[in-house]
Amino acid sequence: MRLTATHVGTWRAMFLVIHRELRLSFRRPEQLLQPLVFFLIVTTLFPLGLSLQLSLLRDMAPGVLWVAALLASLLSLDSLFKSDADDGTLEQLALSGQSLTVIVIAKTFAHWLVSGAALVLVSPVVATALGIPVEAFATMLLSLALGTMTLSWLGAIGAGLTVGLRRGNVLLSLIVLPLAIPLLIFGAGATDRAISGISAAGALYFLASLCVFTCTLAPFAATAALRIALD
Amino acid sequence: MWTWFYRLASPPYVYRVAATLAPWFLTAAALAIGYGVIGGLVFAPPDYQQGDAFRIIYVHAPSGWMSMFAYTTMSIAGAIGLIWRIKMGHAVAAATAPIGASFTLLALVTGSLWGRPMWGTYWAWDPRLTSELILLFLYVGVMSLRPAFEDPGRGDRAAALLSIVGVVNVPIIHYSVVWWNSLHQGATVAKLGKPSMPGSMLWPLLSMFLGFTCFYGAVLCLRLRGEVLNRERQANWVREAVKS
Amino acid sequence: MGGYARYVWPCFGFACTVLAWNLWSARRYHAKARQRALRALAMSDG
Repeated sequence: MRLTATHVGTWRAMFLVIHRELRLSFRRPEQLLQPLVFFLIVTTLFPLGLSLQLSLLRDMAPGVLWVAALLASLLSLDSLFKSDADDGTLEQLALSGQSLTVIVIAKTFAHWLVSGAALVLVSPVVATALGIPVEAFATMLLSLALGTMTLSWLGAIGAGLTVGLRRGNVLLSLIVLPLAIPLLIFGAGATDRAISGISAAGALYFLASLCVFTCTLAPFAATAALRIALD
Repeated sequence: MWTWFYRLASPPYVYRVAATLAPWFLTAAALAIGYGVIGGLVFAPPDYQQGDAFRIIYVHAPSGWMSMFAYTTMSIAGAIGLIWRIKMGHAVAAATAPIGASFTLLALVTGSLWGRPMWGTYWAWDPRLTSELILLFLYVGVMSLRPAFEDPGRGDRAAALLSIVGVVNVPIIHYSVVWWNSLHQGATVAKLGKPSMPGSMLWPLLSMFLGFTCFYGAVLCLRLRGEVLNRERQANWVREAVKS
Repeated sequence: MGGYARYVWPCFGFACTVLAWNLWSARRYHAKARQRALRALAMSDG
């Protein structure tokens, strides 16, 4: 891997982009916290609105957790490409000679680190509030990690398609949510089984296969979407 | 050998051929659907388990098939437009979308009405029903994305990409009854080997499948003419074509 | 219809409606496109 002034290797380019994304994200910490706070608020809405006992809440908990995670992730997706598209950085990156796919992978991974991964870290708090027993936490964390990663990629496709649009936010949700329904079903299903004490292996394997499938194909779709918006 | 393919890429050719083909498709559809409805409602004997309620299959199964067929056509046409930059591909995709969405709705509604007497519920969150519902959402997404762009060409390309991404759902719908323990019954017709249906019930059903497909062809031709005019408004050939 | 009439007939009725809507909508779409094209031609001629 040569590091000359004119040629930057692929791994180094990825590292630079991820580093830049993380630095930019942490410059506005309030924007990082907003989806997390949204996640917390939405999950408290359900028990407050339904005023259920904790034992009944536990039955709904996986679904509530996952819907809240989905909605919170959707909120943060808009920022994936938008600010770079607005100030022209995205065009520069596309023209840079680096593969746009590599850059998209790096951006999406960085985005997952500050949104999806953050959700996963906060989830035990939320899970306790919803009455999910500690024994189910491992499955829950794993399913959320796989699910948010897949969602970041589905969101990258949606964000790429809607990046130039004025009210792209609603359209983004409209595009991403139907694609995310299988995620919801298997993610909530896995956590549900873990709570009941049955093996969640099947659902987790399926979730993992969805993740792998999406992570291998989505980068190309997202890059194609960006190219449509940029040219 | 490929001249027919290149000719299909020419808007005035498509405009003319669609006008000629539409009445043929429509006649074939009328005949096939006519035979299917009469055969299905009158001549087919009642099912020994479901009684006369099974007759809903004569509209439910073909509409389900059409919902998947139309979506696949839409994504292939979109892919042709995207990859080979043939504008008529995008026109076919745009024309197909509302037709496919209406068939998806028909499948969901007729299925729901069939489910009430058979399963005791208008709806169940089972894999086939859920994935068919997702298909409807995907149609709506594609139809909403296309007009959102100021540049119609960009809208076409974005819609094409989205429809290609969503095409994964179509095999899921089809195989959902095989892969999961589904409430919805398994394949009776679309499987290799002997179909599990007697002839008096089967032939009208196959005729309905054919009839719906021909109907789609007819409506596609009609809609395509509108699409072509909208896209080629500035072209010279339009002058003569619309005056006639 | 062996007691199932209130399920079977609405299905066929809705199917008729959907087929009819498709034809009507396609015709209308083409007619509107034609009008727009004629208007565009009139404006560019005049």
